[in-house]
Amino acid sequence: MITATHYVVLSLILFSLGVIGLLVRRNFITVLMSLELIFNAANLNLIAFSDRLGDLSGQVLAVFIITIAAAEAAIGLGLIIALERLKRTVNLDDANEMRG
Amino acid sequence: MGFLTAHFAAIVFYVLAALAVAGGVGVITFKNPVHSALSLLGTFLMVAGLFVLRHAEFLAAVQLLVYAGGIMVLFLFVIMLVSYRKVGSGSAFLPDRTPLAVAAGVLLGALVAFGVLAGSLGRPGPGPEALQTVEHSVMGNTQAVGWVLYRQYLVPFEIVSVVLLVAMIGAIIFGRKDAGLEGRGGRMEP
Repeated sequence: MITATHYVVLSLILFSLGVIGLLVRRNFITVLMSLELIFNAANLNLIAFSDRLGDLSGQVLAVFIITIAAAEAAIGLGLIIALERLKRTVNLDDANEMRG
Repeated sequence: MGFLTAHFAAIVFYVLAALAVAGGVGVITFKNPVHSALSLLGTFLMVAGLFVLRHAEFLAAVQLLVYAGGIMVLFLFVIMLVSYRKVGSGSAFLPDRTPLAVAAGVLLGALVAFGVLAGSLGRPGPGPEALQTVEHSVMGNTQAVGWVLYRQYLVPFEIVSVVLLVAMIGAIIFGRKDAGLEGRGGRMEP
């Protein structure tokens, strides 16, 4: 029997992987991908609790999270393009000064 | 055969979960960003399958369309757009930070896992009918989600559309050729 606990543990694993990727990766693009992993973990949680409680609000909130994730991806990838144009790099440790 | 039919949902869950975690590990370990993106695509597909197992069919379709269809194409476009030979040069990881980050991630996971496993989430839910009911009549998951979205969450829905508009304008401004930063002589020619 698969319960909400299984889903929360799976979501936990994906979230932790996303946090590790966010902290260790040098490439801005991969950092954004780790962020998407975190969004997916949050969605899994919402869906599992929606099923556990028989309440549709969880699914509606997951729709909102997917929207925010799409907005975040657009902004983040725009930032990558701007960084690449300005500094000729997408490595985060090369973007280390406030002035362009 | 009896075992397979009795535990079908559990077997599907464990297969999808294992593949999703494998994809997540691939995202943070592959050196080449294209390989990372394809791992992430695998994770998206497996998570869509897991949504179906939890009676969220509409969300599974949205996950496929928006994540696997839209965001993934955007990522691959950007990877191809920035010259990714330069991406491959040097280490893929930030120096001096990997052990600390892995320790922090594992500690965070263990802490929340303790909280989850000590709780009482293990009881089964009320079944799929609650997620398909509109005004006391069972219709379908898509109708039910739409009903709640447009009646109970109408104001957040409108606000989120403004967020999308702002993000679109922001992305256009960031992506513009003369983004204002270059005009002030800030740009270093290589």
